Amino acid sequence: MLDKTDVKRIAHLARLAIDEQDNNDYQRDLTNILSLVEKMSAVDTADVVPMAHPLEGTQRLRKDQVTEPDERDKLQAVAPRVEAGLYIVPKVIE
Amino acid sequence: MHEKTLSELSRDLKSKAISSEELTRAFLDRIGRFDDRLNSFITVTDERAMDAARAADRLLQSGKGGPLCGIPFAQKDIFCTEGVKTSCGSRMLDNFIAPYDATTAARFNQAGLVLLGKTNMDEFAMGSSNETSYYGPVKNPWAPAAVPGGSSGGSAAAVAARLTPAATGTDTGGSIRQPAALCGITGIKPTYGRVSRYGMIAFASSLDQGGVMTASAEDAALLMGVMAGFDERDSTSVDHPVPDYTAGLHAPVKGLKIGLPREYLGKGLDPAVEKAVEAAIDEYRRLGAEVREISLPHTDLAVPVYYVVAPAECSSNLSRYDGVRYGHRCAEPQNLADLYTRSRGEGFGAEVKRRIMIGTYVLSAGYYDAYYLKAQKLRRLIKEDFMQAFAEVDVIMTPTAPTAAFNIGEKVDDPVTMYLSDVFTIPANLAGLPGISVPAGFADGRPVGLQIIGNYFAEDRLLNVAHQYQQVTDWHKRVPPQFA
Repeated sequence: MLDKTDVKRIAHLARLAIDEQDNNDYQRDLTNILSLVEKMSAVDTADVVPMAHPLEGTQRLRKDQVTEPDERDKLQAVAPRVEAGLYIVPKVIE
Repeated sequence: MHEKTLSELSRDLKSKAISSEELTRAFLDRIGRFDDRLNSFITVTDERAMDAARAADRLLQSGKGGPLCGIPFAQKDIFCTEGVKTSCGSRMLDNFIAPYDATTAARFNQAGLVLLGKTNMDEFAMGSSNETSYYGPVKNPWAPAAVPGGSSGGSAAAVAARLTPAATGTDTGGSIRQPAALCGITGIKPTYGRVSRYGMIAFASSLDQGGVMTASAEDAALLMGVMAGFDERDSTSVDHPVPDYTAGLHAPVKGLKIGLPREYLGKGLDPAVEKAVEAAIDEYRRLGAEVREISLPHTDLAVPVYYVVAPAECSSNLSRYDGVRYGHRCAEPQNLADLYTRSRGEGFGAEVKRRIMIGTYVLSAGYYDAYYLKAQKLRRLIKEDFMQAFAEVDVIMTPTAPTAAFNIGEKVDDPVTMYLSDVFTIPANLAGLPGISVPAGFADGRPVGLQIIGNYFAEDRLLNVAHQYQQVTDWHKRVPPQFA
């Protein structure tokens, strides 16, 4: 069973602000999901090779050439705050 | 007009019996008239649609239009469409106007199809009922108290009510097939890698696959020809030839070997659903198919494995929503950490947060082997079950979902019960196999779907098998009375 501190720790790792009043619900729901998942441990998989891609696909390589045009203005048009082509965030270094 | 098939509409457009402008106007009118009841669209692109229809008419006039030129359709709001809001059902992307087209969107444009709008969906495709959408739940056209299924619930409801002749969907654990079943339409999830994921907003990248939702298998075959194909912009796209999916539709199913997995019957399966599915299998027997029982022994592990793999990949994929480059940003951030956590806390709904947190937990230091690696190993066992089955049979048939549509609000407070709605669809995603859901009758007035799973790249076979059933049944032609 996850406790209040676990939920806070996970939320911090995920950089998610959650309401204090929802903490109990998260404890219950996450615990229930993890106990559903617990069924996996019943099967011995010592000799099984993990499967990353159903068709055993691997990353394709391509020539190291520029193929995309510069679309900075277009892509930054949807940004919350931009100045002089830079994304603006609160000051990080004093 | 709204009851015609895509091939009939295509013929009418070619012969100039109707123009794309008239056809598009007719469907936009239906959306205007009926969608208040359903909430199946997030955005209707009226003006753009009429412009596209007129452009299609010009192509058709000059004899240059392809077979689907001028046909209206809808996109699930997970596919980026340049210049059009692409919300993924989330507050996080409520202000996001896509700056580029998904490959799928570009392919449909190129084929001359006319975009009517973007359909409602569970937030970031996480849900089985369309209740997690920031834009409110979608109603099932067959029963307004019921959910349409999810996550492609808006697409399913819109096609079922014939507000659009066709729509796209995406399927990570059943999100095309389950809503298709619950709304009484046809929905196909292709082989993993068959349809490009470029510009399709990512949920769980090793499982996500786009596909089509239509009234019939024949319509699905026409659209699959547009949607399928290799894309160098998707690193997991598979370079495999695309057949003419309509060419094999008419082959008889005599001698077809159908496997029925014994693990899918019993537990949690509604008897009325079981009865409808058995009747559908009997129909195949009458058509000369051979039916035999098979075993997929690791079936019980599919849901647990999925709820490790999907949340793990979701927590990684959704880390991109940081309030900096696009999407929701909180007001007055105090510092960078505050900007991240509050933007994400406000932008995501409860189910998305749960899944991000589960994914973060299973990927956190010390847990990787016990969860993600273990799940990947079990995924191989699940795939091997299928490979053994396909050594004996051509296709596997199951119910698409254990019950018909449940009521809005019925499962929303109990995530684990909701997750079990996908118990029959998840295994095909884990194995990367194609699956189709076909309307197969009703249980207490609500539609039931038959799922047909095939071997890798057997989409043409699935469409053929589904089409042959639709030649001897009329479930796929039924339109909910309120929308006739």
